[in-house]
Amino acid sequence: MLSYFVRRLLVMIPTLLVISLVVFFIIQLPPGDFLETHIAELIAQGETVDSARIAFLREQYGLDKPMIEQYWVWLFGLLQGDLGYSFEFELPVGEVIGNRFWFTVLLAVATTIFTYIISFPIGIYSAVKQYSMSDYTVTLIGYFGLAMPNFLFALVLLHYANIWFGLSIGGLMDPRYIDAPWTLDKVISVINHLWIPMLVIGTSGTAAMIRRLRANMLDELQRQYVVTARAKGLSSTKIILKYPLRMALNPFIADIGMLLPQIVSGAALVSVVMDLPTNGPLLLRALQSQDMFLAGAFLMFEATLVVIGVFLSDVLLAMLDPRIRLGGASSK
Amino acid sequence: MRNLLHIRDLRISFNLPEGRLEAVRGVSFRVPAGRTVALVGESGSGKSVVSQAIMGILPRSASIDSGRILLNDPATSSQVIDIASLHPDSQAMRDIRGSRISIIFQEPMTSLSPVHSVGNQICEALHLHRKVSTAEGLSLATEMLRLVGFPDPAKAINTYPFELSGGLRQRAMIAMALVCRPALLIADEPTTALDVTIQAQILKLIKDLQSELGMAVLMITHDLGVVANVADEVVVMYHGEIMESGTLDDIFKAPAHPYLSALLRAVPRFHMKPGERLVPIREIKKRADGAFLAQKAEQAVSADPTILKVEGVTKKFTIRKSGLFGGGKESAVLAVDDVNLTVERGECLGLVGESGCGKTTLSKMIMRALTPDSGSITFTGGRPGDSETDVLALHDKALMNFRTQIQFVFQDPFSSLNPRMTVGEIIAEPLVIHGIGDAADRRKVVEELMGVVGLNRQHIRRYPHSFSGGQRQRIGIARALALRPQLLICDEPVSALDVSIQAQVLNLLKDLKKDLGLTYIFISHNLAVVDYIADRIAVMCQGRLVELAPRESLFRAPAHPYTKALLSAVPEPNPNQRLDLTALMQGRASDPTAWPAPFGIDGEHAMTMVDLGGGHQVRARADAAPELLLCRPQPVLQTSTKV
Repeated sequence: MLSYFVRRLLVMIPTLLVISLVVFFIIQLPPGDFLETHIAELIAQGETVDSARIAFLREQYGLDKPMIEQYWVWLFGLLQGDLGYSFEFELPVGEVIGNRFWFTVLLAVATTIFTYIISFPIGIYSAVKQYSMSDYTVTLIGYFGLAMPNFLFALVLLHYANIWFGLSIGGLMDPRYIDAPWTLDKVISVINHLWIPMLVIGTSGTAAMIRRLRANMLDELQRQYVVTARAKGLSSTKIILKYPLRMALNPFIADIGMLLPQIVSGAALVSVVMDLPTNGPLLLRALQSQDMFLAGAFLMFEATLVVIGVFLSDVLLAMLDPRIRLGGASSK
Repeated sequence: MRNLLHIRDLRISFNLPEGRLEAVRGVSFRVPAGRTVALVGESGSGKSVVSQAIMGILPRSASIDSGRILLNDPATSSQVIDIASLHPDSQAMRDIRGSRISIIFQEPMTSLSPVHSVGNQICEALHLHRKVSTAEGLSLATEMLRLVGFPDPAKAINTYPFELSGGLRQRAMIAMALVCRPALLIADEPTTALDVTIQAQILKLIKDLQSELGMAVLMITHDLGVVANVADEVVVMYHGEIMESGTLDDIFKAPAHPYLSALLRAVPRFHMKPGERLVPIREIKKRADGAFLAQKAEQAVSADPTILKVEGVTKKFTIRKSGLFGGGKESAVLAVDDVNLTVERGECLGLVGESGCGKTTLSKMIMRALTPDSGSITFTGGRPGDSETDVLALHDKALMNFRTQIQFVFQDPFSSLNPRMTVGEIIAEPLVIHGIGDAADRRKVVEELMGVVGLNRQHIRRYPHSFSGGQRQRIGIARALALRPQLLICDEPVSALDVSIQAQVLNLLKDLKKDLGLTYIFISHNLAVVDYIADRIAVMCQGRLVELAPRESLFRAPAHPYTKALLSAVPEPNPNQRLDLTALMQGRASDPTAWPAPFGIDGEHAMTMVDLGGGHQVRARADAAPELLLCRPQPVLQTSTKV
């Protein structure tokens, strides 16, 4: 188990290196760079170009050097925690991102937990009560959740919250706390605002997970070992919790790796609509304006999330399922 | 004798979308305390439904319409309990279930949860019904595992089911069922999925535990051999009704009901008269008027009738146990070890051995589905003018053309047919792949083939799901015949079929061999089946060929200890020839180091196939030939009397 853990950790290093190469290649793909776009814009506006400053930037970020060298500079910067310089904001990328990173993580984690907490009981219930009225009801609601685009749901919520309750539910906190130091009131304000984006972003994921859990549970409930458990004299509740649920869990743990980045990137549109201080809107802008280091930092961030998520689910699976932990040798 | 369980006029029906199905129709029988009652019948006879009703674990769609299931168990209550009147999920029923009545199932692979340790699952049953501390529970569970024959119970308690072999899993299942010392054990086909030597061990185990714990056993089975060996009383079910019941001797000596005597005639058994045919319960009607049979394969056999030569074939499978940096340790399993075989044109070569002995691997290498590590496979045809083909050297087009020569019939008639293709498409597919004929020709061939295997030609547009297991297997046979192969490899073609269907398919294969001049390699773990159909029999164990002999001499005078162990473990449907359960080699029959000299493998002596004359070969030490010839094995089955 320990050797598996260590090996799995070590494998992440080359994976991330390759990802960084691909990310760098992608952000370099569009012709030109930010400075060229910027110069063209200034000239078009009839302004003079501070050629000394441009040359300085060009040199500092090695934009005049061959691509492979630029990559090395960027990579070494990353390793030392230097994410590069955002041309658009004229600030180091680290400062531009700032709190957004933590808000994104907060939102992602909250949404994941929301998804799991809601979907598990409902999924199990609708599997056990298959084809009952309650199963059909839950299924119908689930289809709504699946079918409605997140951003549309966000717009609808924003609209009605304003009309009915006179509330402005955009953002992640009350406007007066933005840029204010952290206080208890600010935390409470964040919590008060958090649930709406959580609900909006989590709905479709929850609906999808209810469907999958139901299908998995229905498969597992047919299995012979469930009959064995019944034959022992276990009560139905205990049987379901101990046996089929345990087996139905595997796909969900395996999903963690996919869930995190999905929430982060899938939330971009919602974040734009709801004006959330998360990564999504900024990434969109950085990609549009060829702000390469900012975009690169975001892409690396998402890729790292995937890699960590997959690592987490692998380790969790190995811990939960003895067939994975011990089964390596017995397979043919 | 006190009746532990008394079932009176039990009726159970299923509420299915297509209507009500009466699965059990007025069944009455009893199980005396401490005795074994066998409930016999083919699949669909309702025998498992009865057992589920006794346990209170009927499926949701089933309900008990009327009748009583009376449990008279003085150990728990002085009153007789009617299980049929209890709610299946009530506390009273749950107290009986798993505590006073336990059940073991057919499939040891799926009946245990794969993610909970054996100890966890056994202790769970214990803690449900008895107030014991965790430590006490563990020691009781360990004790139970020792009782069911685990070599190292303390270690076994922490293992997971997938780490155990099929036999050990079934033992773990038995330990779980018996840990609360029930008054009645229901064994639902407990040995059907197991190898014959393991089956004998499990039967012996159940018997030993029965006398030790003083419990009654309700043995549900379709195997009359098992019945004859373990039962005191027999109940025969057919279509939800009881056909016949009585003591073992009554039933076997004078089967009054035609169904039972038909069942007895349909099962292949040793001591069949030469040329005796099995009588299927439901005979199939074949239509043999087409051109397919008329174009019978060329029967002229050349001076050397060999059709296939397998020489020194070896196959290793490597299992990678990953280490820290991916490479890790590699261990090799020798699946097939230096096997030499010849198959003659027009014969049926039986290939016998337990699961994992390499018989399927060998057949796949002959098919070129796997490539051996060393050795050669030559297809010679065996007809005048046939040229030799080095099977392993074939590539691309030549290999494609060669594939028409050898075809395969698979074990599982359910998963070997594509559920999205009609029968017509399935049977025609080989012709399409090889580009033979146009659509009209193919249709004609398919229709003829369906007639040949006894399927109704009007069903050509049906999908496999609308056919029974036996019919599906016949579809598989028709598909294998479509290319007019010389050699047919049948891998356990009847082991997934019900006993009553086996005879149909076996007779069909026998007839086809004669009518079409086919050659078979017939793989099976069922010795009686092989005895019925094969001309020569090869016995494999742990990848090695240990004995090869004409059918008569192998069964009458086996030389190798492994063959003897196999033969002695086959339960005969005859109460006068009960298995000598004590003579089993404690599960070591398939361990080459446990075989006595000159058969045992000690790493010092070279092993070879020693010729005993008459085509009888046995694997032994090369220098042991003279002594083996001197003391030619005595026919072991001669002493047994025929009834």
